[in-house]
Amino acid sequence: MSIDLVTTVLLGVLYATGFYLLMQRSLMQVILGFLVVGHAANLFLQAAGGPPGAPPFVGVVPQEDMADPLPQALALTAIVITFGLTTFLLALAYRAWVLLGHDEVQDDLEDRRVRRAEIAAEREEAG
Amino acid sequence: MSALVPLPVLLPLLAAAFSLAVGHFATVQRVLNLLVLSGIVVVAALLLARADGSGPVVLQLGGYAPPFGITLVADRLSALLLLVSISVMLAVLVFAIGQRITDQGRASTSTAFHPMYLVLSAGVSLAYLTGDLFNLFVAFEVMLSASYVLIARRTNAERVRPSMTYVIVSLTSSLLFLTMVAVVYTATGTVNLADLAGRIALLPDGARAGLALLMAVVFGIKSAVVPLHFWLPDSYPTAPAPVTAVFAALLTKVAVYALIRTQTLLFGDATSGTFLLVVALLTMLVGALGAIAQNDLNRLLSFLLVSHIGYMVFGLGLFTEIGLSGVILYVVHHIAVQGALFLVGGLVIRHAGTPSLRHMRGLARSYPLVAVLFAIPALNLAGIPPFSGFVAKVVLLRAGAEAATPLAYVVTAAAVATSFLTLFALSKVWVGSFWGEPAPAVPDVDPTDDVTVGTGESSRPMLAATGGLVLAGLVFAALAGPLSGVSERAAHDLLDQGPYRAAVLGEARAAP
Repeated sequence: MSIDLVTTVLLGVLYATGFYLLMQRSLMQVILGFLVVGHAANLFLQAAGGPPGAPPFVGVVPQEDMADPLPQALALTAIVITFGLTTFLLALAYRAWVLLGHDEVQDDLEDRRVRRAEIAAEREEAG
Repeated sequence: MSALVPLPVLLPLLAAAFSLAVGHFATVQRVLNLLVLSGIVVVAALLLARADGSGPVVLQLGGYAPPFGITLVADRLSALLLLVSISVMLAVLVFAIGQRITDQGRASTSTAFHPMYLVLSAGVSLAYLTGDLFNLFVAFEVMLSASYVLIARRTNAERVRPSMTYVIVSLTSSLLFLTMVAVVYTATGTVNLADLAGRIALLPDGARAGLALLMAVVFGIKSAVVPLHFWLPDSYPTAPAPVTAVFAALLTKVAVYALIRTQTLLFGDATSGTFLLVVALLTMLVGALGAIAQNDLNRLLSFLLVSHIGYMVFGLGLFTEIGLSGVILYVVHHIAVQGALFLVGGLVIRHAGTPSLRHMRGLARSYPLVAVLFAIPALNLAGIPPFSGFVAKVVLLRAGAEAATPLAYVVTAAAVATSFLTLFALSKVWVGSFWGEPAPAVPDVDPTDDVTVGTGESSRPMLAATGGLVLAGLVFAALAGPLSGVSERAAHDLLDQGPYRAAVLGEARAAP
């Protein structure tokens, strides 16, 4: 199975944009990144079926003209899953915003603790 | 017999819907949940007996001819892991119910716990039983969606950030999984695992290696192998004790199972053996060294969890029958022992009021029962005889020595070192927190939440559940003979591929 050039380029752009957004500090941008990568994955799944064809009705359409229905079914399932999880993610982000008052993804607290301990140890050594 | 195969998935999903509807009757929810999980344990035992006696039990959903429909397969490996996993979930459920009854007077928890717990068990069962790559993705999503709700339930300002980390990392790996399915379908035109086994072998070497690597990354994130482990020690410790216990015992192991299944069935000839051995080496050492640096009981246990995932990847990376047999024994042992340790951690925190190792002292005197309950799984995890960890480790080390390549020797040596480091990390906890004069309990920081800490008495069901899991480690050691018999046969099946493919596709199609 081969995928045409336009779709390939589009997939590349979507994945790149999505992963770039996923690595941002703002939670909202992370969620947008998840959405974009989700679209990319679903589109890829759809494109995996090969070139477009006629509806796959046995007996109505000759077999060699049929589109492959399986990736479309898979993509539909995946779209429902990503859609549901996006709403969950939005709800969680909203709760984080209510509880913390901002939507920045913070540093790892434990990392900060280790760094503080290190600075304290250096000071002790320096006297 | 094949009608039994979908029950571990169907029963909990239907029961979850019912449980949600009767949310106001806590007792009904509890009894229903206990009954369903006990039922699945029985079903899993029957499936294991059948699969071990007369080969894989297969069901084609909807009656579609393979490889076009969804296939459910219960072979030795999946039935064994299903049995152990759901038994541990049952024990943790008893703990959770016991904790809830003890803390009756506290703020009530939401009614979502029991339905989500059932959905989680459905996802775990489906992941073990499915014979279809896309269905495996769906199983992971079912399992993870339930886990998102369980970890983010009743979050406060302190817990919302770690649960966010967990959700976003898991979702990212799920999207990679989806991408991987698309790549696989583009390359081969099928998602049925048994069918894929034949078709991937026909691909060019570069494409095969790429696919193997992509799968290793996807399941590597989910099973928290180094360097993809950062999310785990950050997010697991903040969840309530029963939730952490069940996550630690099961979620990473389901990913390890998926890794084993895909690497052996799809890439049977050690395409990624060296790669996996290096990953195993890093995972064991980084995890164990990380554990030593921790001051928080739950974080320490989480790092040890990461470290011991390395042992499982080690046995898989060898791609020998004895190596895989060691992995299976190790997974079985680790599901029980890690669950037990996190439950004991929960008991300790109820008593001492804090997970901080700096603030607890003298637990052996003030709470001797918990000291015993901690000591046994701790020694077990480190691999001291006569516990199950010893049996599993001996098989793995022997496999490493028998492989007799320089890299295998290095990783075997690292496995021994990791065992000592584990013992060191746990004895640090023992010396610091269990010996000495008892310190006063830290008062409850958040009296409005649903769990008592500081003065919390632990009720009999909680102790019984923890004790049961602790004992499981001893029982596995006592049953080492039959257990390693099953795991050796399962390992043989994994490398042979033949019985699995013939059972799913029928003899004629499976022939190469």
